[in-house]
Amino acid sequence: MQLSVWTYEGPPHVGAMRVATAMEHMHYVLHAPQGDTYADLLFTMIERRAKRPPVTYTTFQARDLGKDTAQLFQDAARQAVERFQPQAMLVGASCTAELIQDDPAGMAEAMQLPCPVIPLELPSYQRKENWGAAETFYQVVRTLADPSVTPRGEKTALVNILGPAALGFRHRDDVIEIRKILDALGIEVNMVAPLGASPADIARIGAADFNVVLYPEIGDEAARWLEKTFHQPAIRTVPIGVGATREFITAVAALAGVDPAPALGDSGSRMPWWSRSVDSTYLTGKRVFIFGDATHAVAAARIAHEELGFEVCGLGCYNREFARDVRAAAKLYGVEPLITDDHLVVEDAITAAAPELVLGTQMERHIAKRLGLACAVISSPVHVQDFPARHSPQMGFEGANVIFDSWVHPLVMGLEEHLLTMFRDDFEFSDEAGPSHHAAHAPKKAEAHAVVEEPVFAGELWTAEAERELKKIPFFVRGKARRNTEAFAADQGRARIDLDTLYDAKAHYAR
Amino acid sequence: MTAGHTAPITQGADCAPVLRERGQREVFCGLTGIIWLHRKMQDAFFLVVGSRTCAHLLQSAAGVMIFAEPRFATAIMEERDLAGMVDAQDELDRIVEQLLARRPDISTLFLVGSCPSEVIKMDLGKAAQRLGTKYAGRTRILNYSGSGIETTFTEGEDACLACLVPEMPAGEPDAAPELLIVGALPDIVEDQFLRLFAELGIERVHCLPARRASDLPSVGTHTRYLLAQPFLTETALALEDRGAQRLDALFPFGAEGTTDWLRAAANAFGVDEMHFNRVVAPGRERAKRAIEHSRERLAGKRITFLPDSQLEVPLARFLATELGMVPVEVGTPYLHRHHTAKELALLPAATRISEGQDVDKQLDRVRADKPDLTVCGLGLANPLEAEGFSTKWAIELVFSPIHGFEQAGDLAELFARPLRRRDVLEV
Repeated sequence: MQLSVWTYEGPPHVGAMRVATAMEHMHYVLHAPQGDTYADLLFTMIERRAKRPPVTYTTFQARDLGKDTAQLFQDAARQAVERFQPQAMLVGASCTAELIQDDPAGMAEAMQLPCPVIPLELPSYQRKENWGAAETFYQVVRTLADPSVTPRGEKTALVNILGPAALGFRHRDDVIEIRKILDALGIEVNMVAPLGASPADIARIGAADFNVVLYPEIGDEAARWLEKTFHQPAIRTVPIGVGATREFITAVAALAGVDPAPALGDSGSRMPWWSRSVDSTYLTGKRVFIFGDATHAVAAARIAHEELGFEVCGLGCYNREFARDVRAAAKLYGVEPLITDDHLVVEDAITAAAPELVLGTQMERHIAKRLGLACAVISSPVHVQDFPARHSPQMGFEGANVIFDSWVHPLVMGLEEHLLTMFRDDFEFSDEAGPSHHAAHAPKKAEAHAVVEEPVFAGELWTAEAERELKKIPFFVRGKARRNTEAFAADQGRARIDLDTLYDAKAHYAR
Repeated sequence: MTAGHTAPITQGADCAPVLRERGQREVFCGLTGIIWLHRKMQDAFFLVVGSRTCAHLLQSAAGVMIFAEPRFATAIMEERDLAGMVDAQDELDRIVEQLLARRPDISTLFLVGSCPSEVIKMDLGKAAQRLGTKYAGRTRILNYSGSGIETTFTEGEDACLACLVPEMPAGEPDAAPELLIVGALPDIVEDQFLRLFAELGIERVHCLPARRASDLPSVGTHTRYLLAQPFLTETALALEDRGAQRLDALFPFGAEGTTDWLRAAANAFGVDEMHFNRVVAPGRERAKRAIEHSRERLAGKRITFLPDSQLEVPLARFLATELGMVPVEVGTPYLHRHHTAKELALLPAATRISEGQDVDKQLDRVRADKPDLTVCGLGLANPLEAEGFSTKWAIELVFSPIHGFEQAGDLAELFARPLRRRDVLEV
């Protein structure tokens, strides 16, 4: 057993729902107890979908156990086919139904329904949401792809965009950006899947010349099968950030045999100039802690390091399946990779790294709030505000613009930062004030920075003079300075920290 | 009267046939009750023994609350627990130890059963007993089921309170009568009721649950209890088992419901009628005035309730008798005939009462009935709005203070607001 208050991922059948809900004319019959329908509201409330997810639940109760849960499943499946007339149907079990072993796959097969049935085996006690989505999409493609449809091989290249799903972080707008790039290159899109694709569409998936995998967490499993079966190569460069977008364009153009220039010359890319303008100089070396799904975390680390001049002081992901990518990236930036799905471990790591900016999920937003740190959201899971009405991609050049704005916004503005340091005893610029655009003058809780400032040693370690000097250091690095100094003092065997020790330590740790 | 009875009745749906349906139920499981119960009992912790789905449900339902060092968590069962590679009871002991070390302030720990823990027949009752002995004198450890297979939404509170009843100390056999208010109410509402009872001269009044789970009131033949919520079937049975007597009343929604509820206690405790009227009149008048703001918008409007919390019948009664709304279908997950008898008698005879659910068929009826307002869960609300139906999220009725005189206006406003919004918007 694992004690858990908060989970980064739902169970695997929620991943299957994300695929079913993304698609058209697909229906999912889920063998599940009463109550599991709660997952519907993720789609109707967080993503604000105007239709019910295409999921029929058997919603069995205690009185049904041991006698007619199997019958219940068959009735639900039959009624779903009659009512919704799907082109294909997914059948599977949630965690509880997995335990009662009714075998939805076998039962659905025996029923000889008038549409293809795709049985799902999603081990709920081992796997999680992303895995469930990837496995479901793979099974959909494997079952429905028509083997007689092969890459058309015409002059104009034809591609599939794989991975976008329901409840995906900015998937809607990313697809728009990627289509724009492909348009500029004169490449046709065979289909986007699963988002918006029908089973009939999936049958023609083999017609594309190659695949673009936007979200490996969901699309890669299917892409590998397509590679093997239809010999469609896959582009795996995730175009988040200016550099990655350029690489993506170059790779796509090379595979399609076209000139990349029309897409590369996109003048909508304002981020490089914004980042070079003198206003951004103060961003140099800002310490940033990054956590999310592996794809977004790795992409964010590259942007932070190469395109904004931040220092990556922590990097991690919650989805173990893609940990290898994060480990490789962490090596690049010289940090320990953090692979965990325990938010308390993440909180400890953030506290220890003492970053100035946290990039993460909804959970890191709350951790950052508690620690009084700036934060921006880069990955699922997210709340309703991160399914915005406005166009807000993460991918492509417009995505880079969006990222620049949303990451820099929570930071104290450059000039403001200097004022905070120079006039720190002035009441309007006290440490407690924080950025002026974030309710600066609202009353602050005294414990806001308590966690960061906890001394390593208790007692009279610091001289009053050194303590006063320490307070002159901006609050967002003070915790780090305190700990470094104390570690230095302990290392040197100094019993007291005076001004000299403080500055000796500063010199010792100088970048 | 039989189900085939067709003679015209102008008032009283109590004898009308109840449409009983089975099929897909779009409802929460009883675990959701933890969200409000843990706010009410400030020294209690709720540990769900379940799957990742249970943890995911709690975090989806709890929204932002989850980050304020909440007093609930899930012990997520893993492959090794199911495969018998580890003793699930040992694992539970380990988790409880870890938890109580982290939260020494916890005086009552609820081990909450879920669908997975029940299907594998994990004996949480035995675990609670064993752990109860281990932590005796420090933490009381109890067990109830909040699983979807056993409980629907608010029935989780019923199961929780019912497991507290055997823990209540026994009253002296010849003790003076005491009043017990049963059902978790927001503190502000509870305080209003306690003030009213004090003014009425009813001195010994307790609440179940108390604000601190360790402060359990006594129970016995001296106990007269008032249900503040309609979903407390098991709790009522457990109280009766210990000799307590239920005071039959309308549920305290709106001016009339609240008056009737208070009157039931006043009668049982021999409060003089004149005195009762004097004490109740100001609140009752205020409630009526407050309701009046919404009356214009709601009178004559047709309303359908989809099953959710069992609050549907009393709320439909309030809307029909005090605001002039016309209930079309009143769906409830479970209909307790006895506890809601007074409510049912006040519903218009044409009201279609349904118990249970086959959601697709019920939605077909909504489409055919075309009610002006549909009360439903979050999974259905936006899809119905997109079809042109005005909706009211049912969950808000459980999370907002709606009982008593002072909240009657707010309660009416909860129903009036979606209609007003529809009129205001020009996009």
